[in-house]
Amino acid sequence: MQQNAASGAGSAVVSLREVHKSFGPLKVLDGVTFDVARGEVLTIIGRSGSGKSTALRCIDRFETIDAGQIEVCGHKVHDPGLDLRALRQDVGIVFQSYNLFPHLTIEENIVLAPSSVKRIPKAQARKEARAVLAQVGLEDKLHHYPEQLSGGQQQRAAIARSLAMRPKVMLFDEVTSALDPELTGEVLKVIEALAQDGMTMVMVTHEMGFARSIADRVVFMHRGKVHESGTATILTAPTTPELAQFIGTGL
Amino acid sequence: MRINLDFGAILERWPAFLSGAILTLELAVIATVFGTVIGVLGAIARRSDNPVATRVAALYVETIRNTPLLVQIFLVYFGLASLGVKFPAFTVAAAALTINVGAYTTEIIRAGFDAVPKGQLEAAEGLALSRWQIYWHVVMLPAIEKVYPALTSQFVLLMLASSVTSQISAEELTAVANYIQSDTYRAFETYILVAIAYVVLSLVMRAGFWALGLALFPRRRRLGTPL
Amino acid sequence: MGGSLNANHLSFLAHGALWTVGLSLIALIGGGLAGFVVALARISPVRAVRILAAGYVQLVQGTPLLVIMFLTFFGLPPLGITVSPLAAASVSLTIYVAAYLGEIWRGCIESVPRQQWEAAEGLALSRTQRMAKVILPQAIRIATPPTVGFMVQIIKNTSLASVVGFVELARAGQIINNALFEPFLIYVIVAVVYFALCYPISRLSRVLEAQRGRGRARLSVETA
Repeated sequence: MQQNAASGAGSAVVSLREVHKSFGPLKVLDGVTFDVARGEVLTIIGRSGSGKSTALRCIDRFETIDAGQIEVCGHKVHDPGLDLRALRQDVGIVFQSYNLFPHLTIEENIVLAPSSVKRIPKAQARKEARAVLAQVGLEDKLHHYPEQLSGGQQQRAAIARSLAMRPKVMLFDEVTSALDPELTGEVLKVIEALAQDGMTMVMVTHEMGFARSIADRVVFMHRGKVHESGTATILTAPTTPELAQFIGTGL
Repeated sequence: MRINLDFGAILERWPAFLSGAILTLELAVIATVFGTVIGVLGAIARRSDNPVATRVAALYVETIRNTPLLVQIFLVYFGLASLGVKFPAFTVAAAALTINVGAYTTEIIRAGFDAVPKGQLEAAEGLALSRWQIYWHVVMLPAIEKVYPALTSQFVLLMLASSVTSQISAEELTAVANYIQSDTYRAFETYILVAIAYVVLSLVMRAGFWALGLALFPRRRRLGTPL
Repeated sequence: MGGSLNANHLSFLAHGALWTVGLSLIALIGGGLAGFVVALARISPVRAVRILAAGYVQLVQGTPLLVIMFLTFFGLPPLGITVSPLAAASVSLTIYVAAYLGEIWRGCIESVPRQQWEAAEGLALSRTQRMAKVILPQAIRIATPPTVGFMVQIIKNTSLASVVGFVELARAGQIINNALFEPFLIYVIVAVVYFALCYPISRLSRVLEAQRGRGRARLSVETA
């Protein structure tokens, strides 16, 4: 395991230190440490069960950790007294299964949080909804219900919904895994554009080619640990046999 | 306002409560056994190709499920009486409860039958099993296993509903409570105790069905599926 | 009254039927409001509240409605609380319906996928906002068919108000029968009226259920 030169804890937007987490007898995170600097794109790869999704979910406190420290945009996530809603206003998360609210139109999905959490006036929130939808190329779907959209469109709408909260960091949890191959491209393109705009992002992904092209840094997780990490070059020149084998299987 | 509760005077009458409770359980057991039989036959009828059988079964189910048990009990009671046959109240009560619960079990068991995958039937046909062998081994037992929780809840509800037979003087638990409270003028204490007795009876029935489920469905025992 | 069944008897029955409807509405509204509280209490983040609500449901679901009726009507006066038959019937039905609707609704709330809670959490909505804006609107759709179905149970159960002397449809039938002694005829009429009240609601509940099933099937095909 090689520790990349962390760009100093001060400028890190997300920082995990020796994070441990078990589900019952199963140890899923076994001392995970990594940083994400402002504007950086970090991709986490690894087999299923390696702990990569759990690590991501811990950042937004969807899982509580047993030991270690997590700091996100100045919030101490490991602290039981954490202001959860403040954390989640700074962090956007997009899930594998989109999780749009089926009873609301796309516009209502997007407007919901800004208007009820940030108390932004409805008219302004709607205007911003249109802007973020344009950003993901769905401005014509404003008044559609989620079930009227394809999977790829739903996932783009879910990204727009997160963007509307103007998060400081975005988390993507295998956002293309539920999509047919021909639909993943449109979602990845949206994410790529976000990266170019300088959004700080952490993404768990199976798309190796995409990870290679977009990631500033790659973290390979194996058995609950950061087994290897570095720039995207580790994907073409892995130093550990486990990563070599993982890439070899094409997963 | 001074409230003084005296449960002692009521508890003294425990033998009467006990015999009432036993009668309630007897009613429940009879209706459970015969109600299951009716339910199986009714479900077979509802799924049969014979339009008469389907209609009769549907009429039975809809009539029972859309009218109150109390009225059904009166109809059976007075209906039998108007035929000139005088049955004991217990028999009438057992008959009415069985007819009532049979409609519910018909629907529940039918849902169980419907839930048996088509592939199972085709597999059985492929093995050259007869129609009745298929019904018994491939449809019936798995179907009942599947709906067993719904079925048993229905029987517990039926046991509680059997309190209505007190209205035709079947000497079950509620009827016992009625005459004890009119004897002792301690209605509150009496009905509180009787309510507790019913809660205990429903727990007893649930425990019984749980044990029966383990005996009937070995797969559950082995896989530890909660009932 | 007396003699044979005449128009007066029928209008007396009709009057009783009206009270059956009225009592059903009282039970639906009272039991619905209380049941909503029970449903929320059953999934409360506070353990004590959950246990209390679960205890209430267990107790009521383990007791016959008839005994609850007797308890309120005959049990309260010796304690110095006099209740009219209507009040006793309304209170008993409310207590009863709240336990059952509360359980049905809890199930509906819990059947909204966990990911919906998570997505709402991820957007920083408060627990109340998550419940009111994301979960309940979806739960209400799920809850509609079983709630409509339960209305049939409510209508049938109002017949038990007859035991405390409240003159609804079943009691009206009894009273006429006491005068005429034509039990078979009268109870068949009573049963037919109950059927006429209940059957359309049963059908509606099934239609709604089928529609929901279809909607779900369509959704799963599209997102597959």
